[in-house]
Amino acid sequence: MDLYLPVANLSVNALVIIMLGGGVGLLSGMFGVGGGFLTTPLLIFYGIPPTVAAASAATQVTGASVSGVMAHLERGGVDLRMGGILVVGGIIGSMLGALIFELLASVGQIDTAIAILYVVLLGSVGSLMAKEAWGVFRANKAGVPPPARKRRHHPLVASLPLRWRFYRSGLYISPLAPLILGAVVGILTMLLGVGGGFIMVPAMLYLLGMSTQVVVGTSLYQILFVTIATTMVHSMTTGAVDIVLAGLLLLGSVVGAQIGARFAQRAKPEYLRMALAAVVLLVALQMAVGLFIRPAEIYTVQ
Amino acid sequence: MMWRGIGMAGAMMAALCAAAPVAADQQDPRLVPDVSSRNIEIQYSFTGEELLLFGAILYPDQRLPDDRADIVVVLKGPVRPMVLREKSRVAGIWVNAQSLRLRSAPAYYAIGSSRPIDKLVDERTAAIFELGLSNLSMSPTGFGEAENLGRMEAGLIDLYKRLGLYYENSSAVEISEGVLYRARLAVPARVPEGTYRAETFLISKGRVLAVASRDVEIRKAGFERFVAESAEENGFLYGLSAVALSLVMGFGASALFRRR
Repeated sequence: MDLYLPVANLSVNALVIIMLGGGVGLLSGMFGVGGGFLTTPLLIFYGIPPTVAAASAATQVTGASVSGVMAHLERGGVDLRMGGILVVGGIIGSMLGALIFELLASVGQIDTAIAILYVVLLGSVGSLMAKEAWGVFRANKAGVPPPARKRRHHPLVASLPLRWRFYRSGLYISPLAPLILGAVVGILTMLLGVGGGFIMVPAMLYLLGMSTQVVVGTSLYQILFVTIATTMVHSMTTGAVDIVLAGLLLLGSVVGAQIGARFAQRAKPEYLRMALAAVVLLVALQMAVGLFIRPAEIYTVQ
Repeated sequence: MMWRGIGMAGAMMAALCAAAPVAADQQDPRLVPDVSSRNIEIQYSFTGEELLLFGAILYPDQRLPDDRADIVVVLKGPVRPMVLREKSRVAGIWVNAQSLRLRSAPAYYAIGSSRPIDKLVDERTAAIFELGLSNLSMSPTGFGEAENLGRMEAGLIDLYKRLGLYYENSSAVEISEGVLYRARLAVPARVPEGTYRAETFLISKGRVLAVASRDVEIRKAGFERFVAESAEENGFLYGLSAVALSLVMGFGASALFRRR
């Protein structure tokens, strides 16, 4: 079933896009990630222009994270004060990201920048996740519980001026730390079309030292609002959001996410984390191969 | 396809009858060209269109000459400035290294003829009338070496050929009875909107005897037009609708699944 995308200016097979959204949704429901890091590369691979892919993927992540945010809010799993600051940082970041995007596009390096960012970010996060999951896995096998990590924020965070109390997160730190973190993730959301949960969650745990009960909910809360901001910024600057493409992706992903969430309740968390690490590393590898091997298309038109 | 054939024959008969007296008092033959559709609408299931370029050759006194004349048809899309980038290996990774600014490269160009162009006209004539992909004048600017220029233009032509945006076929034109000609040219889905020009050249003994053209409008229509225009002109509201759509679908799905 062919469908014309009015902003991307090409026609795609609607079923393929819905299935793609469904597959990503399944993973996002299982692992609690937005899945933007999969959507954008897959869309580019399918032939969608990179800018349209990143912009529309961000829109799709909004829809994919709504139900998660609702569930966490009901359960009290969101630190609204922390989340608010992260969102403000994220909005600043998405505007900064728009400037960076324009600058890189004008010198023709946006594709390369996107690919390098993916390789570096996904490669390092994926390796960390794999290492940790492997540790848990081995500890379980040996019957010895893994050593509990001491919850502490990074010394750099402690050195920032001004301190606020974040009750739910169990922290007394400078609001500048989450503001900067939010901004960094906002830039990534704008450039890569990712929600940024895969950066946000480890950063909250290991840099800020937040209480684990509110990490996922607060991260989702930030993702929801920052992807909304990114969609708005993209619509008003690059004009690259394709609402038909986003709609097709959503159709698949919202359903996939529900099925994935059900599946996740029955699977062992360390297996899930190991599987997610494998997926993340595969995407990073694929991107790296694209950088080092002579591409099929040497020429691009702008 | 059947109705098209009938319609075309009818149109040609009418054209022949109407135009015959005018042509009689001219020395050179005339062309009466037409296209199968002058407005192509890009709609939700648009996957491209095949455009039929057809017409009649009118000779003075309605006498066919002894030498057979040839027909070249060109369908050319809107000309717009573009930046062409070329990847090469820098420090081990493939990045855009060279760039070339082209002020007048057509977004779409298809040429069909009844015989290979180089057998019809000499190089100079081909260059003057821009016949053939190698004769397109793309007005490159801001580039030093001629050697790179040729390579990059060839790269663009190769890329666009594979996307179906540039097309060359030296047997696309069919001439029947020496007076009626027809050619099919494919317009792919990824063409930009704009006014396209369908040109017909009548060529005999290396000379272009007659040129005639028709305009073809390619526009998005209906929902697609509305979406594309909103995205361009009303970014804020467009963004809000995209956000609303994703929120509604996200809520909808979770509500739907929770009930079960």
